[in-house]
Amino acid sequence: MTVDFSKFPDEHGHFGPYGGIFAPETLMAALEQLNQEYESVKNSPEFLDELAQDLRDYVGRPTPLYLAKRWSEELGGAKIYLKREDLNHTGAHKVNNTIGQALLAKRLGKTRIIAETGAGQHGVASATVAARLGLECVVYMGADDVVRQAPNVARMKMLGATVVSVESGSRTLKDALNEAMRDWVTNVDDTFYIIGTVAGPHPYPAMVRDFQAVIGREAREQILEKEGKLPDALIACVGGGSNAIGLFHKFLPDESVQIYGVEPAGHGLETGEHAAPLCKGKPGVLHGNRTYLMQDEHGQILGTHSISAGLDYPGVGPEHSWLKDIGRVNYVAIDDEEALQGFRDLTRFEGIIPALESSHAIAYATKLAPTMSKDQVIIVNLSGRGDKDMNTICQIEGIEF
Amino acid sequence: MSRIQTKFSELKAAGKTALVPYVTAGDPMPNATVELMHLMVEKGADMIELGVPFSDPMADGPVIQKAVERALEHHISLDDVLEFVRVFREKDVTTPIILMGYLNPIEAMGFEAFANAASSVGVDGVLTVDMPPEESQGYLPALDACGLDRIFLVSPTTPAQRLQAVNAKGSGFVYYVSLKGVTGSKQLDVASVTEHMGALQKTMQMPIGIGFGIRDGESAFEMAKLGDAVIIGSALVSLIEANESKGLYDIYLAIGEKMTEFRSAIDRADALTAQE
Ligand SMILES: Cc1ncc(COP(=O)(O)O)c(C=O)c1O
Repeated sequence: MTVDFSKFPDEHGHFGPYGGIFAPETLMAALEQLNQEYESVKNSPEFLDELAQDLRDYVGRPTPLYLAKRWSEELGGAKIYLKREDLNHTGAHKVNNTIGQALLAKRLGKTRIIAETGAGQHGVASATVAARLGLECVVYMGADDVVRQAPNVARMKMLGATVVSVESGSRTLKDALNEAMRDWVTNVDDTFYIIGTVAGPHPYPAMVRDFQAVIGREAREQILEKEGKLPDALIACVGGGSNAIGLFHKFLPDESVQIYGVEPAGHGLETGEHAAPLCKGKPGVLHGNRTYLMQDEHGQILGTHSISAGLDYPGVGPEHSWLKDIGRVNYVAIDDEEALQGFRDLTRFEGIIPALESSHAIAYATKLAPTMSKDQVIIVNLSGRGDKDMNTICQIEGIEF
Repeated sequence: MSRIQTKFSELKAAGKTALVPYVTAGDPMPNATVELMHLMVEKGADMIELGVPFSDPMADGPVIQKAVERALEHHISLDDVLEFVRVFREKDVTTPIILMGYLNPIEAMGFEAFANAASSVGVDGVLTVDMPPEESQGYLPALDACGLDRIFLVSPTTPAQRLQAVNAKGSGFVYYVSLKGVTGSKQLDVASVTEHMGALQKTMQMPIGIGFGIRDGESAFEMAKLGDAVIIGSALVSLIEANESKGLYDIYLAIGEKMTEFRSAIDRADALTAQE
């Protein structure tokens, strides 16, 4: 394969047939302004230094690459390393991106930040940077997610953000995104929209990827140092796809590295109750870009189901759609039960409580590792910690909270 | 000349501004749509904008979101919308019809299949909210090949060079979004529209319709003095919601009355313009 991955997207935001800018006219000028600003700073040493300093001193990077020895031995196959994004300030990879976008918001002189959130991790990460910069912050969250991720709702409020519970549509992440877009269309003059994943209109998919790519840059150096060679496989969960592309991107040219993106199979891919557009969807246009979507034959977006709010989304970042089509990344699926088992395994074998999103990646590793030999190496992106999921887990396990 | 172009030149010759009401296809129930369209024409509509329901109407405010949800409860698809147009055309072959909606249902049908089907049932123009001129390769030629007008939105934030692109790629008329906001917003600002209209009229080689936020006779009167068409959405759709529990008859009555209010306000504005 001789694809130059650094050349994508093209200047109009296209990854092959995917991506682009499918936005209402009122936003076109704001998107162009953001694109120009991002292009002008993304290679500037001054901006990159400021970003690196924030990531080091405020977020706590680099995050460790941890060998999960006991769990690997239990599985009896490949050695599994965890990229510890759960140890970031605020508890997930999301803050890598909000730190970057907040710097842009400041440069553009915006006084108000809005965000959509599913699991609440991106909402918390946005409220956090807003508090730090003294900006107003409004977070849109599906009404169902407000209930299942209550601890994060409380954190956002403590940080001074206004949390708007979105009652329309399927009351989950996609509806929160619709509502955030509506806010942005209305308040475009003073408002910066921090999208939390590699979706949305150009330049978001490229920009969010660049901010998250620090995960893979660090992991590649760390594994070379620890093992003296590249890993054999990478695994990450895919909601919109930001933690996944963040880990994968630096490794895309490394042909020997097998890459797995794990979608949520919910109640099972064959039941239709899942959120796995790459495994089961068709290309279409939603939320500003062309990508694989869960949709019916008439082009209506389907309701989704996943035990994890952060993966409960009918679309996916356009770069993933392209990586699927060109065959560089394998997209697989893990259902709710398997994810819960992954959650239990990591908790009991390693003393690490993972987010339910990340538990999908964990669960896939429990399938893949035993098929590999002991001298092979897997890196799993542990995208976040599980504190926010205590309500859901306690209910399922019958633990009083 | 397309039916839309013909209509605008007739209206221009008569010194009149077009009244263009919007209704979501299938709202509140499938058998109301064609009736409502005929009623609107009877009460002074010059063209009709027919909304194609989409599950994720991200540029619409709460009123049209709910209309779309009501329609989708009846599983209204793009095929159904085209069927409504076909039935409407059995009795009305002159009133232009513009489909307004989002790209995905059209993409799911296929651009060419859609363009063929739409023109054969008697659709005249298509406005796709989330399809800017930049992304429209493949799509516009398909519409063009079937003689469908391509209507684009421009907004108070649209810079001059984008106006040129719309001018080059659009046809029929251009839809000026009179405010920064979603459909049904409240803050229509006459002074701002007046200010933008000057530049727009200089650039555009086609008629200009003004919509978003026109709620009553008074705002329609002001907009009719500025544009070639006045487009009314949420102010009519909200009457469907308000009267839904009372039944279709009350909905028709309320919409008929409101249409009369808009028509007479626009006629007053046109009479005033004629005097000047
Ligand atoms: C911990 C964690 N992992 C993963 C995700 C999924 O998002 P993405 O696919 O963009 O990484 C989320 C989203 O909320 C999350 O909180």
